[in-house]
Amino acid sequence: MTTAVETIRDEPLTIGGRTFQSRLMVGTGKYPDMDTMVRAIEASGAEVVTVAVRRVNLDRTKESSVLHFLDPKHFFLLANTAGCYTAADSIRYARLAREAGFNDFVKLEVIGDEETLLPDVQGLLEAAKVLVQEGFKVLAYTNEDLVTALRLEDAGCAAVMPLASPIGSGLGLLNPFSVRTIKRRLHVPVIVDAGVGTASDACVTMEQGVDGILMNTAIAAAQDPVAMAHAMRLATISGRAAYLAGRMPRREVAVPSSPTKGMLD
Amino acid sequence: MDVVINGERKQITSGATLLDLLTELELDPRAVVVEHNRKIVRRPALGDVTVTEGDAIELVHFVGGG
Repeated sequence: MTTAVETIRDEPLTIGGRTFQSRLMVGTGKYPDMDTMVRAIEASGAEVVTVAVRRVNLDRTKESSVLHFLDPKHFFLLANTAGCYTAADSIRYARLAREAGFNDFVKLEVIGDEETLLPDVQGLLEAAKVLVQEGFKVLAYTNEDLVTALRLEDAGCAAVMPLASPIGSGLGLLNPFSVRTIKRRLHVPVIVDAGVGTASDACVTMEQGVDGILMNTAIAAAQDPVAMAHAMRLATISGRAAYLAGRMPRREVAVPSSPTKGMLD
Repeated sequence: MDVVINGERKQITSGATLLDLLTELELDPRAVVVEHNRKIVRRPALGDVTVTEGDAIELVHFVGGG
C-alpha cells in the first residue's frame, strides 16, 4: 500500500549530527499517569523526548525518575533547562543533564518572565555561547524574533526553537510570518517549540516549512492524550507533506473548478 | 555530622564518601547525578570524595518535562 508519505520525497531531520525519522518531538510532563505517558509517546511516533532535571525525592526514591518508564535505548532523551531564569542556572542544569550520560544535547531555556514564560533572549545568547564552547549541541528555545534566531545560529546552536505561542497556552501558531522568515534565513534546523493546542495547529506550523515541532501540554492535557498523540503524529506528517507539495496560490476572487464552456442555452 | 542534601539538613556518618551516602539513601549511582559544593562529581570518583561537615550536596535525575 502506498501512503501519502511515501509519494513525497523528504529527507530525515538531522540535528547536531544525529538523524531522526520523526519530525514530531514530545515532552514527558503533566501526564495524568506514567502509563498514559508511555502509550501517548508511542502513539506520537516521536523519537526525541524531552525531560527535565530535578532533585531526587529523598522520601520516595524508587520510581520517581521518568527513566523507570521510558527506555533510553528506544528514545533520544533531550534534557531541558526549564525553570531556569538566569544564564548561570541554565548552564548549571545543562552540565548536570550531560553528566547523566546519554548525550550532549540540551534544550536550552532561559526564562525571562513568570507569567508568560517568554524567553530572556539576552541570557539565552550568553548561556548558548558558553555551552557551545563546552561542546554541547544546543537547541535554543526562543521567541519568534529573526535577529535573535540569527544570533543563536551565529553562536553555534545546533537548532533554533522559536515558539508558536507561550508554553502551555495552546494558542497555536500566532506569528506564521516570523516563523517562516526564521526558517528561510537560518541554515540550522528550525523546530517550533511550545504553544500548539490541537492537531490543526501542528499541521499549520509544519506547513510553514519548519523542520520539526515539539509539544507537551497539547498531548498531555488532552482529554485522551493517547488519541491526541496519534492525531499530532498525523498532523505533523500531513503539514510537512503539504509544505513539500507546495500549496496553490491564494486568490481574492473565485476561479471556477468546472468548465465554463458547454453550458446549456 | 550535618550536611545539606537537596536543600534539607541531614545527619550522616562521619567520614562517609559520596558513594556511601548514595548507598545509605538507597540510590543507584547510575541513576543520579551528584553535585558536591556546586561541583559535579563524576560516577567513577564518587567513592573518592569524602563528605565533610556542612557540605551542600545535590542529587538530581530526569523527571517529566517539556
